[in-house]
Amino acid sequence: MENILSVLIFFPLIAALLGILVKKETIRVYGLTVAAIEFLLSLWLWFAFDPANSGFQFIEYVPLVSDFGINYYLGVDGISLFIVIMAALITLIGIISLGEVKDLKNMIISLLLLETAMVGVFVSLDAIVFYLFWEFSLVPMLYIIGYWGGEKRLYAAIKFFLYTFAGSLIMLVGMLYIAYVYQSVAGVWSFSLTDWYALVLPISVQKWLFWAFFLGFAIKVPMFPFHTWLPYAHGQAPTVGSVILAAVLLKMGTYGFVRFSLPLFPDAAVAYIVPVGVIALMMIIYTAMVAYAQKDMKQVIAYSSISHMGVIVLGTFAMNAVGITGSIFLMLSHGIVSGALFLLVGVIYDRRHTKLMSEFGGLASVMPRYAVVFGIMLMASVGLPLTIGFVGEYLSLAGFFRVAPVMTLVGGTSIILGAVYMLSLYKKTFFGPVTKEENKKLFDLNGRELTALIPLVAIVIWLGVYPKPVLVPIDNSVKALVSFMQEKAQTPEAKAIIHVSTSSKEAK
Amino acid sequence: MLQPISVNMASLNLSTLSPMLVVVGGALLILIIDLLKKNLDKSLYVTLSILILFVDFGATLSLGINQRGFFDVMLIDGISVVSQLLILIASMLFIPLALTQKRFHEYSYPEYFALFLFMVAGFQFMVATDNLILIFVGLETASLALYTLIAMHNTPGSHEAAIKYFTLGAMAAGFFVMGAAAIYAVTGAVELYDVAKVMQARMSEPGILVPVIGGALLMMVAIGFKVSLIPFHLWTPDVYEGSSAPMAGYMSIVPKITMMVVAMRLLGLYVDMGVEPVRWMIIALAVVTMTLSNMMALVQEDVKRMLAYSSISHAGFVMAALALDTTKAYSSIFLYYTLFLFTNLGAFAMLWISRHKGQTYHSRFHHPYEKFAGLIHTSPQGAVIMAIFMLSLTGVPPFSLFWGKLYVISATVDAGYLWLAIVMAINSAIAAYYYLKLIVYMFLKPPAPGIEAVGINSSKPLVVIVGISVTVTALSVFIMQPLLSYISYMVSVSGY
Repeated sequence: MENILSVLIFFPLIAALLGILVKKETIRVYGLTVAAIEFLLSLWLWFAFDPANSGFQFIEYVPLVSDFGINYYLGVDGISLFIVIMAALITLIGIISLGEVKDLKNMIISLLLLETAMVGVFVSLDAIVFYLFWEFSLVPMLYIIGYWGGEKRLYAAIKFFLYTFAGSLIMLVGMLYIAYVYQSVAGVWSFSLTDWYALVLPISVQKWLFWAFFLGFAIKVPMFPFHTWLPYAHGQAPTVGSVILAAVLLKMGTYGFVRFSLPLFPDAAVAYIVPVGVIALMMIIYTAMVAYAQKDMKQVIAYSSISHMGVIVLGTFAMNAVGITGSIFLMLSHGIVSGALFLLVGVIYDRRHTKLMSEFGGLASVMPRYAVVFGIMLMASVGLPLTIGFVGEYLSLAGFFRVAPVMTLVGGTSIILGAVYMLSLYKKTFFGPVTKEENKKLFDLNGRELTALIPLVAIVIWLGVYPKPVLVPIDNSVKALVSFMQEKAQTPEAKAIIHVSTSSKEAK
Repeated sequence: MLQPISVNMASLNLSTLSPMLVVVGGALLILIIDLLKKNLDKSLYVTLSILILFVDFGATLSLGINQRGFFDVMLIDGISVVSQLLILIASMLFIPLALTQKRFHEYSYPEYFALFLFMVAGFQFMVATDNLILIFVGLETASLALYTLIAMHNTPGSHEAAIKYFTLGAMAAGFFVMGAAAIYAVTGAVELYDVAKVMQARMSEPGILVPVIGGALLMMVAIGFKVSLIPFHLWTPDVYEGSSAPMAGYMSIVPKITMMVVAMRLLGLYVDMGVEPVRWMIIALAVVTMTLSNMMALVQEDVKRMLAYSSISHAGFVMAALALDTTKAYSSIFLYYTLFLFTNLGAFAMLWISRHKGQTYHSRFHHPYEKFAGLIHTSPQGAVIMAIFMLSLTGVPPFSLFWGKLYVISATVDAGYLWLAIVMAINSAIAAYYYLKLIVYMFLKPPAPGIEAVGINSSKPLVVIVGISVTVTALSVFIMQPLLSYISYMVSVSGY
C-alpha cells in the first residue's frame, strides 16, 4: 500500500462524516472501531517502514495548485513516524477512556476530525498543506474545549484559538516569503519542503524568518511568555481534550522546530541558541515553580507539561544528533506520560468532581490500583531511569551539554523540581490518613479505565528498558538531518556547533 | 462648414455592447409582460431574470478579448470580461433568493426585477469602458436602481437605508465628477488611455503634481464611498441593516467589484506612472480600513452589522493589493472577490433564511447573536453551514477565503511590502474573534428560550443557493488551479 499516508489522513475524516449517520446508541462502538483501525493502520506503517532508510518514505505527490506551487506532498521519516503512531494511539486511548459525556456523538466526530488534522500535520511535506492541517486542528479542539469544558470554557476555548491563530498567521507570511525567494531563484513557485531545503538563504533573511516561524511554533509549544493560554485550556478542557492537547497538539510546535526551523535556517538557529535556550530555561524553572504552587491537580500536570516541553526545546536546539534524537524521543514519552497523567486526573474527577488536592489524602489505601498506575506515571514524568521519561530527558540534556554546559546544569534542575512538585502532589493525594468521608467509598479503577491505562503503562516500561526499536529509526533520520544542516550552514561557527557523529553509541 | 461624418457599422463593433443589450432588452421584456398581463407570480420573473442573465453570461463569454467598440468608448479587455462574469454569477445567485417562504413586499412588483436587470447593465457598463463619462453614466444607472431596490423592501429601516445611501451616494457621484473634471483639466481627455499619455508627457512640468494628485484624491473619495473604505464607510452598516439580507450580501460584493475595477483602471494608472503619493494614499486607506473596521466589528451586537463591518475590512484587505501594481496583485483582487462572493452571499442567505417578520428577538436588531444561540441543537445543518462560512471568512484552511488571503498576502510579500503583509496577517487574526463569536454562540451556548424560528424563511431555492455557496466554499481547493490560471491569464492580457 504505497498511499498509506493518504489513507491514514482521510480514513478518520471519512469516518467522521459517516459518523453523522450512525445512531447515537452505537456511536461509542463505532468510534472505538474506527480509532482501533486507524491505530492498526499506523502500526502497519511502522511495519512497512524501512528503518535503514533515513529519507522520506511512502512519498505521495499530487499537484493541487500547480501555478502557485502547492502540491499534495506527503512523506514520513523516522522523525515523524512515531509521532503519527502516537497520535493514533492517544486518540484510541482517549476514545476508550470516554465516560458518560453529553452528546457523545459530536465528541467522537470531533475527535476523528482532530485525528485527521494531527496525522496530516506530521506527514505533510508541503508548507501550505502543513499549514492547512495545522490551522484546521484548531477547529475541533475549539469545539471540544468550548462545549465539554468547565466553568470558563468559552474564555479558554477562544483564547486557545486566537492565540495560536495569530501566531501561525505570522508564520504564514514567513512561508510566503520563502516561497517568493524560491521563486526568484528557481523561477517556479514551490511550497515543497524538500525544495526549500535546497535553498540557501542569506543570514540576515534567515534571522527574521527564524523569528516569524518561532512565533508560530513557540505559541503552540507553548514557550514562555506565550504559555498563558495553556493552563486555561487544560483547566477547562474535558479529560480527553487535555489528553490530546498535551500529548499531540503541543508536539506540533516542537515538531515544527525540527522540520522547519532547523533545516531551513541552520545559521540563524545556531546564532539564537542562547536566547532560545534562556527562554527554554525560564519555561523549565518558572513553570515548575508555578506547578508547585498549584492547588489543583490538573494544573500541576498542566504546568509540569509546559516545564517538560522546555527540555524538548533544549534538546532540539542542541544542534547535534544526540540532542535532537533525545528531544524527539522526549516528545513521544511526554505524549504518553502527560496523556496518562491527564487521564488519571480525569478518573478522580469523574468520581469526586473536584481536582483540588486538599480534597484528597490517603487515596492509596482506598484505590490501590489507581495509586500504582499514578505512581508509575509520576516516576516516568520525573524521569526515573528505566522509565520512558529518562531516555529522552537524558539524551536531550546530554546533547545540550555539548553546546552550553552551564545552561544544561540549570536545565537539569527540571528533574529535581519535577520530583519536588510531583512527589508533593503524590504525598498530599495518596498518602496519609483518609481525611474526607466521601473518599472512603471511592471505587478503584474500573475495566474501561484499566483498558485505557495499562497499554500506556506497558509502553512506559517497555520503552524505558529497551528504547532501541524506536530510537534507531529516529536516530537515522536525525543524523541525516544534522549532517544536511552542517553542510548547508554558511558560518564557520554554525558548522562547528552542528555535530553529527558524536552520538552516544559511536562515542564508545 | 461641418463635414458629414460617415459611420461604418462595422467600425462600431456593436458586439461589444451585446451583453448590456441583452440585459436591458430583458428588463424591457419583463416590463412589457407586466403590461400585457397583470398579477403574475414572482416565480415567473425570477426564472426569467435568471434566463436573461444566463444569455448575458453567454454573450460575455463569447466576447473577444482586447477590442474596442462604439467609437472606442467600450473597452473589452480581460478584466472587464472577468468582472462582468463575476457580476453575472453573483446576480444569478442573488435573484433566486426572492423565492422565499414568506411573502415580501418588493417581490410582488415586476419592476423590482426590471430595475435589477437595469442595475446589472449599469454595472457592466462601468467595468467595460475606460471612458470617464461612460463610467459615470454606468455608476448612476446602477446606483439609482440600487437605491430604489433597497427602498422597495418597505420597512422603516429600508427607507432610512435608501435615503442614507442615496444622499451619500450622490455626494460620491459629485466627487467622481469633480475628479473627472480635474483630470480633464490637466489632460484634456476623458479616455483613460489618452489621459495616461498626456499625463506622462506633462509629468516633468513644475507644479503639475498638485492637480494630478488632486484629481486622484477626489476620485479616491468617490471610490472610497462605493467600496466603503474608512473614513467613507459610515453609510455601510446602517444601509446593510436596513436592506434585506440578500440585498446587503449583494451590495457587499457586486458594487465593490465594479468600483474596484474602476479603481484599477484609474488609480492603477497613477501607480503605474510612479506617482508615489497616490500609492501611499491607497496603502494608508487600506491599512486604516482593515484595522478600524475590525475594531468596530468586534463590538457589534448584530450579526448583520458585524458582517457589514467585516465586508468593509475585506475591502480594505483587497484594496492593499491595488497599490502593488503587479499582475499577481491584480489577479489576487479578482481571485479574492470570486471566493468572497460565494462565502459572503452564502452567509447573508443564511441570515435571510432566519428572517422573521416582527421583531421577536431584540428590541433593536433583527439578527442579534443571541438569536443563533444553540443553533447546533435546533438546526444542526444550519449551524454547520453557517460555521463553514464564518471559518472561511476568518481564513481557516481549507475553506475558500484562506486561498484568497494566501494569494493576496503572497502578492504583497512579492512586491516587497513585508510590513504590510504582517499588518494584514495581524488583522486577519483580530477578525477571527468576531467570526468566532458567532460560532461560539451557535455551538457552545445553550439555545435561548423562545427562539425556535431560525429556519422560518427557508425554501427549496434558498437551500439550493446556500448549497452551491457552501460547496464552493468547502471544496475551493479543487477549483483553485483553473480559477487562478484563468484569472491570471485574463489580467495579464489586459496589460496589468
